Amino acid sequence: MSSMGLSSLTYNTLLRMFAEGKRFDGRKLIEQRDFTVEYNVSNKAEGSARVRMGNTEVVVGVKLDVAAPYPDSLDKGNLMVSGDLLPLASPRFESGPPRFPAIELPRLIDRMVRESHIIDLKKLVIVEGEKVWTVMIDIYPINDDGALIDAASIGTIAALLETYIPKLNEGGRVNHDAKPTEKLPLEKDLIPLTFTFYKLGDSLIIDPTREEEEACDGKIVWGLSTSKGKDHVIHSCQKGLESSMTREDIEQMMQHLPKVYDDTLKKLKKFLK
Amino acid sequence: MVFKRLDGRKLDEMRPITAKVGIIPNADGSAMFTFGKTVAIAAVYGPRMLHPQHMQSPQQAILRVNYDLLSFSVSDRKRPGPSRRSQEISKVTEWSLSPALDLKEFPNTVIDVQIYILQADASTRVAGINAASMALAQAGIPMRNLVCSVAIGKMDKELVVDVDKDEEDFEEGEGATDIPLAKLANTDHYTLLQLDGKIQPSLIPKALLLADKACVQIYEIQKKALKEVVTE
Repeated sequence: MSSMGLSSLTYNTLLRMFAEGKRFDGRKLIEQRDFTVEYNVSNKAEGSARVRMGNTEVVVGVKLDVAAPYPDSLDKGNLMVSGDLLPLASPRFESGPPRFPAIELPRLIDRMVRESHIIDLKKLVIVEGEKVWTVMIDIYPINDDGALIDAASIGTIAALLETYIPKLNEGGRVNHDAKPTEKLPLEKDLIPLTFTFYKLGDSLIIDPTREEEEACDGKIVWGLSTSKGKDHVIHSCQKGLESSMTREDIEQMMQHLPKVYDDTLKKLKKFLK
Repeated sequence: MVFKRLDGRKLDEMRPITAKVGIIPNADGSAMFTFGKTVAIAAVYGPRMLHPQHMQSPQQAILRVNYDLLSFSVSDRKRPGPSRRSQEISKVTEWSLSPALDLKEFPNTVIDVQIYILQADASTRVAGINAASMALAQAGIPMRNLVCSVAIGKMDKELVVDVDKDEEDFEEGEGATDIPLAKLANTDHYTLLQLDGKIQPSLIPKALLLADKACVQIYEIQKKALKEVVTE
């Protein structure tokens, strides 16, 4: 089980199968695994969710606290996304200072959330210029079987949609004992999600398993939503890994993106309360 | 006056327990264990080669435990990454598990035990030990027996079993004393004993007896959970 690296036999087989449009688990190249969403991973979080997509499992929690606003945005609440690739989740993850994948994951989710403006940060001001809410999103994979970023994006949105603003006590500090009633102000018909396209040879796939992900040598992460539930809008994008992407690759992704977004949103909506 | 528990439990009554084995497919062994609202999960990776090589022991496997809280498992967000508290708990957990293991079977290797708390309502380290013990068994590491663990508390003058957060914060009378304990099942070998608070020496044997009784129940639950994963 604790195996590392991919044999050239598996690599060559994947290369050949992708070229024929096939995958080990019978999916099409551009087809996401089914997923489930559960809520309330922790009752100490202001909102939390668990996503299981195939064997990939990610938990996301949202905590809120009172803080000073950033000097360059005195009229807005703060947003912070962090996460960790816990060695709990895979024999590949190691303790110690975060390596690049552990930095990349929260940063990409941060940009997806921030650039989409799903959180109305202006409504998170308590005393203008002095006190605002800080929204802290934390992402932890529990089992890594590929596509962590895309699973994390689903978990983040689910957790945010179930996040409540805690009550304050007279001293202006968070009162964890009072039951919160007010939900986090969100732009609800604007749900951002990420989709990562991976490349192996000339083939593009989405939602790779761990094995498939290890074989691929190029990827692009797209964060997108729809404006007023109609037109698709891309909010963020980042190319990763060594291999380059051709114009044709990117054009293909643009053709696929609206449909994969719509399919995933439809699946996600079944789990939204 | 007799101390009444806030949630109405009897003094020797634990919160509802759930245990599940095989929750993390990547791991060689894994388990979840809950005391009421406290939820702990554990994964075991190994025995596997230990790098760097100078850390290896030619006599036996190295047991390496990491315990931590997820940042959103507590009311005030916990800064991610190891704290002094979590490092200490990691170490005492290591010591509470290693007497159960036959580490000599696997020289030059490491057995990694990863424990995380998803939701904290006190007694997190003992929930973590119970989960880790089941995870080690599922991983097939030769063990003398399972390790069972529970926190005994003293509320004012009264001993109670399985302390929750409200009890941990109890301040009346003599206040709260928290005594996390672990033992090798079916033996008198205690592998964890910590204490914070204020307690008369004469009460310590009583605390051990209470822990023994609780551990008998925990042991049965652990065995049942392990059997469930075998029959599946």
